[in-house]
Amino acid sequence: MKILVCMKQVPQKDAPLKLNETGTWIREDVSYEVNEPDAYALEEALRQKEKHGGEVVVITSGPARAQQVLREALAKGADRAIHLEDNAFVGLDAFNTARAFAAAIKDDQFDLIFTGLQSDDYGYAQTGVVLAELLGWPHATIIMQIEKNESGIRVKRELEAGYFQFVDMPLPAVLTIQSGINKLRYATLIGIKQAKNKPLRKVSLAEVQSALGANLQKIERLYVPQKTKNTEFLEGPAGEVAKKLAEKLRNEVRVL
Amino acid sequence: MATTAIPKTKVSGGSFLLEERRPEEVFTPEDFTEQHQLIGQTAEEFAVNEIIPNAEKIEHKDFSVTRDLLKKAGELGLSSVEIPEAYGGLDMDKVTAAVIADHIAKYAGFATSWGGHTGIGTLPIVYFGTEEQKKKYLPRLATGEIVGAYALSESTSGSDALNCRARATLSPDGKHYILNGEKMWITNAGFADLFTVFAKVDGEKFTAFLVEKTFPGFSIGAEEHKMGIRGSSTCAIILNDCKVPVENLLGDIGKGHIIAFNILNVGRFKLGAMCVGGARVSLENSIGYAKQRKAFGKVIADFGLVREKLANMAVGVYTGESMVYRTVGMMDVALSEVDKSGADAIKEIRKAIEEYAVECSIIKVWGSEMIDYVVDETVQIYGGYGFVEEYPAERAYRDARINRIFEGTNEINRLIITGFLLKRAMSGQLPLMPAIKKLMDEVLSGPSVGEEVEGPLAEERKLVAQAKKLGLFAAGSATQKYMQAIQDQQEVMGAIADMTIETYAMESAVLRAQKIVERDGDSAAMLPIAMTRVYLSQAMEKIEAGARRIIAAVAEGDMLRTQLAILRRLAKYEPFNTIGLRQQIAQKVIERGKYTLV
Ligand SMILES: Cc1cc2nc3c(=O)[nH]c(=O)nc-3n(C[C@H](O)[C@H](O)[C@H](O)COP(=O)(O)OP(=O)(O)OC[C@H]3O[C@@H](n4cnc5c(N)ncnc54)[C@H](O)[C@@H]3O)c2cc1C
Ligand SMILES: Cc1cc2nc3c(=O)[nH]c(=O)nc-3n(C[C@H](O)[C@H](O)[C@H](O)COP(=O)(O)OP(=O)(O)OC[C@H]3O[C@@H](n4cnc5c(N)ncnc54)[C@H](O)[C@@H]3O)c2cc1C
Repeated sequence: MKILVCMKQVPQKDAPLKLNETGTWIREDVSYEVNEPDAYALEEALRQKEKHGGEVVVITSGPARAQQVLREALAKGADRAIHLEDNAFVGLDAFNTARAFAAAIKDDQFDLIFTGLQSDDYGYAQTGVVLAELLGWPHATIIMQIEKNESGIRVKRELEAGYFQFVDMPLPAVLTIQSGINKLRYATLIGIKQAKNKPLRKVSLAEVQSALGANLQKIERLYVPQKTKNTEFLEGPAGEVAKKLAEKLRNEVRVL
Repeated sequence: MATTAIPKTKVSGGSFLLEERRPEEVFTPEDFTEQHQLIGQTAEEFAVNEIIPNAEKIEHKDFSVTRDLLKKAGELGLSSVEIPEAYGGLDMDKVTAAVIADHIAKYAGFATSWGGHTGIGTLPIVYFGTEEQKKKYLPRLATGEIVGAYALSESTSGSDALNCRARATLSPDGKHYILNGEKMWITNAGFADLFTVFAKVDGEKFTAFLVEKTFPGFSIGAEEHKMGIRGSSTCAIILNDCKVPVENLLGDIGKGHIIAFNILNVGRFKLGAMCVGGARVSLENSIGYAKQRKAFGKVIADFGLVREKLANMAVGVYTGESMVYRTVGMMDVALSEVDKSGADAIKEIRKAIEEYAVECSIIKVWGSEMIDYVVDETVQIYGGYGFVEEYPAERAYRDARINRIFEGTNEINRLIITGFLLKRAMSGQLPLMPAIKKLMDEVLSGPSVGEEVEGPLAEERKLVAQAKKLGLFAAGSATQKYMQAIQDQQEVMGAIADMTIETYAMESAVLRAQKIVERDGDSAAMLPIAMTRVYLSQAMEKIEAGARRIIAAVAEGDMLRTQLAILRRLAKYEPFNTIGLRQQIAQKVIERGKYTLV
């Protein structure tokens, strides 16, 4: 199986975030790491390859710093990497990111494309799904498990409230992978050493520009939520107070 | 990340005392390559996911866990960066070795076992083994399939190790050496497979042997009950007519001292790196605790006296990183010039590392004293909880203490520092004497205007230059009085070592901050500059005190007064507002909840 894994570099979970001057996104001078579900997607791809053979290719879009996630993936066992390298890729919405990916891989033939379920920064959960649509492939989201069978694959999806759904689907297909579905491996030192010599193809913005359009989504304003404190005393007989409290918890605070 | 200059020019060991360095000539953590970062990440994940969760078991001496972890570390490649590829190793640079040690140090009990195995347990074979010995042992040491140990000390000779009582005699058939004696305090002894053992052939010729634990006549004593690093194994080993095949002789007969001293030299830098790594963990525990512990209606992280401690700890970590990575960076430049396929490659490699014996001793001494300060203040911040076992402060406090004792006590290392410099000075390899003479002429001819220093951190660089002069001045006064007999004046040798150590620390801190300023600008370097200034202030106090101590010992009357006047002139500077600087530093590390430079 030939598998493409989309991996994004996102700000580290505990990084102190500062807003940029225009108040539309965060400043660039933070530490970055691999988007968590993408790490599981890579692990899943490597495991599928170990079982069925094939190739694992990783792709990212972003500035030069984003190369680190590709090197890490190569060190863990991916065979080659594609880097859509330009600062401008950071500002693309999910639709355009998917269009850029589709354009960058047009000469490749993949059986499967994995993305993470969602990204830790924007949190759109759209890139994978849009990419499937652009390619005309079937997709399934929030994937917990993948079994290959004669006709294609059988996947396990996570639903709400502890339910799962099993879906049989043909290949090629796009799957968005849930975090925690396998145990991540470490990049071994020999892997890290060898990663330097694995192929890493750079794709410029110009090469995919014609596939892109205007962003359909735009962040108008980003701000730190203001904390407010408001104390209200419920008075009256205990029974009434309890009733009022339950109502508030249900309708205002929404924890019931 | 902007690209930074990775140093390419080779500098000679100890030359920092005489020469001015430019930032691009030193390696700093900001210069880590993508590969260093990835390896750091693997080591970090290994420490956090594998070592820490097992610390409790290891602390109770379940050494099967330690063996498993050594195996895992081996499989990941973390234990073989200093082993050549031909013998199953990865043969990577010393920066990588230091990065790994820095991260593994999160739990000292395991770090000691790992350090003993990969350092003194493995390196004797790397640097002194025959082709057969390397083929036989190194691949398995690399993977952690077998574990190494190093048996030099005896109950009656630790620092004075050459004076050992263990002896070896050749068997009548010439096939074995028969070893008799006892070794003491051997790290990993309880579960190691292979020991580098030192004994005197025919009671005279100090020699090293590779002894497998299964050799007849070899046995292991009981575990010592230790103050700290209880998660490591420390036992005596007993050699009772122990039969060692002649092919397990390591190096030459009578040349064991070369191995004994070299192995400590080539491994010492990693102890420095581990001290920095351990201190960083303690600092972060302290920050976390100080942020949630309440007293007088506030969290204790709001109190100036607590913030001052947190700032000092951060300054220690910053300066330690600067020194350690600068040192390994120098080694890597020197090593990159060695033709690794040459016939004398191993000798050349050893020489390239030994070149920096002074710097390695400096980071060992400085690092072990810095972490002792940090763990001590950590106990203080935890208050009563710092004194009980349920909290991490108590164990860290006990664990850190050994670092000042093993791998050469700090006293022995101080003597090495000054002794090595004097030796180089005498042989002319390091033009210390002319420099001293020039300075003496200069200061005796009265106050000079002094060159104006310009550019980033000008004040700080000037202070480093002053520190160097103070050191040279004091050393000059002492050598004038004692000449060669200075070797017998240990207190003076020690004071010179202290000044040398502080100078190296100051300069490393300044150069790193300078490199950050030049790359990212002043605002990005706010914390590094603050930390550097705090460090310089502390160091200048120590240097001045050291110089004063020496001068008072070597001069009297008018001479003493003249020298004191010179000293005051050399030590004069406008003080930094260290209270304000420490507040700044504390504020940031508290905000971030961890050690940070941004
Ligand atoms: C079960 C479920 C429950 C939810 N509950 C809530 C809730 O309670 N509250 C709430 O507010 N929202 C909720 N959401 C919505 C969710 O938080 C997000 O809105 C959305 O799912 C997040 O998408 P995303 O931005 O990560 O997607 P995308 O940004 O599209 O990322 C998806 C994947 O695309 C790939 N990708 C994207 N960009 C790049 C790049 N530059 N380079 C390489 N790869 C890239 C990566 O593989 C990434 O993992 C829920 C969603 C689900 C599915
Ligand atoms: C936990 C632990 C693990 C160890 N692991 C190993 C190991 O794996 N292999 C191994 O071979 N050894 C090991 N050692 C031994 C260790 O290296 C020695 O304890 C150390 O070198 C000091 O030797 P000593 O104990 O004999 O002290 P001594 O040499 O008796 O020193 C006592 C004091 O006198 C000072 N002193 C000694 N000589 C001088 C001098 N010339 N000038 C000034 N001061 C001096 C010392 O600095 C020290 O303060 C270990 C020790 C411990 C506690």
